[in-house]
Amino acid sequence: MSRLSMRLVAMVLLAVLAACGEQKKPEPVKAAAPAVLEVRIGHVAPMTGQIAHLGKDNENGAQLAIAQANAAGIKIGGQDVRFILLSEDDQADPKVGTTVAQKLVDAKVAGVVGHLNSGTSIPASEIYSNGNIPVISGSATNPKLTEQGFKTQFRVVGRDDQQGPAIAQYLVDTRKPKVVAIIDDATAYGEGLANEVEKTLKAANVKVLPREKGTDKTTDWKAVLTKIKGKKPDAVFYGGMDATGGPLLKQARELGIKAVFAFGDGSCTAEMAKLAGAAAEGLLCSQAGIPVEAADAKFLAAYKAKFDNVEPILYSPFTYDATQLLIAAMQKADSADPAKYLPILAGISHRGATGTIAFDEKGDRKDAEMTIFTLQAGKITALAVIKSGQTIPIAEFVKMAAPAPESTPAPSTAAPEVNKK
Amino acid sequence: MDIFLQQLINGITLGSVYAVVALGYTMVYGIIQLINFAHGEVVMIGAMVALTVIGLLAPLGFPPMLVVLIGTLCAMLVCVATAWSMEKLAYRPLRHAPRLAPLITAIGVSIILQHVAMLVWSRNVLAFPQIIHTVSYSVGGAQITNIQIAIVLLSVVLMASLSLLVYRTRLGTAMRATAQNAHVAALMGVDVDRVISMTFLIGAFLAAMAGVMVGSYYGVAQYTMGSMLGLKAFSAAVLGGIGHLPGAMLGGLVLGVVEALGAGYIGELTDLCHLQALSERLAERCAADGHLVLFGSNYQDVFAFIVLIVVLIVRPQGLLGERTGERA
Repeated sequence: MSRLSMRLVAMVLLAVLAACGEQKKPEPVKAAAPAVLEVRIGHVAPMTGQIAHLGKDNENGAQLAIAQANAAGIKIGGQDVRFILLSEDDQADPKVGTTVAQKLVDAKVAGVVGHLNSGTSIPASEIYSNGNIPVISGSATNPKLTEQGFKTQFRVVGRDDQQGPAIAQYLVDTRKPKVVAIIDDATAYGEGLANEVEKTLKAANVKVLPREKGTDKTTDWKAVLTKIKGKKPDAVFYGGMDATGGPLLKQARELGIKAVFAFGDGSCTAEMAKLAGAAAEGLLCSQAGIPVEAADAKFLAAYKAKFDNVEPILYSPFTYDATQLLIAAMQKADSADPAKYLPILAGISHRGATGTIAFDEKGDRKDAEMTIFTLQAGKITALAVIKSGQTIPIAEFVKMAAPAPESTPAPSTAAPEVNKK
Repeated sequence: MDIFLQQLINGITLGSVYAVVALGYTMVYGIIQLINFAHGEVVMIGAMVALTVIGLLAPLGFPPMLVVLIGTLCAMLVCVATAWSMEKLAYRPLRHAPRLAPLITAIGVSIILQHVAMLVWSRNVLAFPQIIHTVSYSVGGAQITNIQIAIVLLSVVLMASLSLLVYRTRLGTAMRATAQNAHVAALMGVDVDRVISMTFLIGAFLAAMAGVMVGSYYGVAQYTMGSMLGLKAFSAAVLGGIGHLPGAMLGGLVLGVVEALGAGYIGELTDLCHLQALSERLAERCAADGHLVLFGSNYQDVFAFIVLIVVLIVRPQGLLGERTGERA
């Protein structure tokens, strides 16, 4: 009797358990199917080292685009999507750059925004190409990056062979130097930019002194500058970053060099005023793209709101656009599979924080703008924008650009909804 | 000529800083035969502390000289404390260990200090507050700034006072006795532990001064600044004869001048276009470009080490050092 009852109880229990199991099983499946599709986007920049401040700025741009896309409730293939940013630190070191690139490929990210430096972007681009992962740089300006023929490589910023001629031409047109000294920091970026400047100057019949070099860690420029001083140049161009450019400028003024100094975008930051002090006054510098203050006002407001009133520094509007481009292409292709959305990305036309973006066959931005700045009262101030070989004073350019953002909210893909937030 | 004079002024300024740092290496080596590789990091900590304190006090409106003085004093306190704990915790337990053990420990201490500094002051290049207005004076066509004059004068004062300390005081006598033979010195009633501690403290005091000098000279400071400076100063100490005080001073100055002149003239010396008479193809390329420079001024850092290697080959005991059988 007792045995029978035990059996009965056991059978009932089993039945109940089984029923429970049956009922429970479908639930997670149902929940998973329409549930969130996680799309991971990589971001690479130096988050440590001499230009960590620029790396953080780049990351913030991408972070903002991701947060806005998540808030906008985008659907891909009928599923809700949650975008996740995988941020990696390449320490501005080509060796680390390839390691983290491989890490992102292995993690099967859907796309990558970065890297910040040309020196790390160029070796990494092959790894992304082999992994068939689209990568958009918001700041690497060395021409070689998109000359390698990788279908997965894009950039939303101009090239040194556009930037170099722009600053050199501006220098020639406005300051009319007869002798120019050129210094670079022996990196892919610094040397590449300096070469482009030299070409343009020589074409304009300006005498260029033999190239002087430092490294990306040089703080003592006195020997180089003393040598240059003896040759009495009217202008000095430096291809390098602000961490080395600041001491260079300070020491040059201490040595009594009166020449005009012109730097590339790596030294075209507000940090220069701190690093070089009063010596930074009057510096001319160029940036590939448009000045931060000429970026879309909505972007600027959203950036400050998200990051506790931190001001965007340099390339964040570009990494913001790069991230939005990846997301917009995925939306249009209705797939986060690189094989499916890559062709769409190549042919996309998107209105972002830095204006309308479309790519040419190499993956470079069509008709990229260059901006010439000067350092006034400790602040980087835009002087002129150079577009398709024409120099447009900044006041006119802002006037031209200003009405555009007002009229755009309707047609573009993700941006308008996102911006409402 | 004014260019040569300018390079010489640059070199002497740089050399004065090397000399002050080299003294720290050479004193410690003279007494316990330890190459204290962490000494460069103590210089870096001095620069960083001074930067922070000056940055905090500058907006409060004190006279600039007072602010710099307070900054330097704080830097000294922190450096001395660092060196004292470094000696107590890392080197003293290994005093009787094989010589390689404290050497490797010194490298370890250097890495630890560098990374602690990175956590405290971040990895960025920090701007050293320029609260003393830089004034340039023109001397025979060359420019010399008030900061450069201050660096050179201060180094001379520091070196002179150190010489007085070592050769004219009881502590100095005890230091020299310990350097000759620590066991016998102990038997004669010299407190060897105290003498060694004092040696580290004096070295740290000099390092703090050097840190402030370098920071205000270049206007920037970063957590990695100590390693290259330390290596150069170490080379200077070896160049002059390690363990030998006047040697370190001479070595520092020679190294600074060699570096400045080297960086200034290497481009012209290695310009292949001087040889264009020898080869037609070379002449063609020179006609097109004007210059074909083999080594540029980015090889500046290499000079210190070329000098080091040459000295070690030709005169292993250094410029002023005496040949001793057992040391090194």
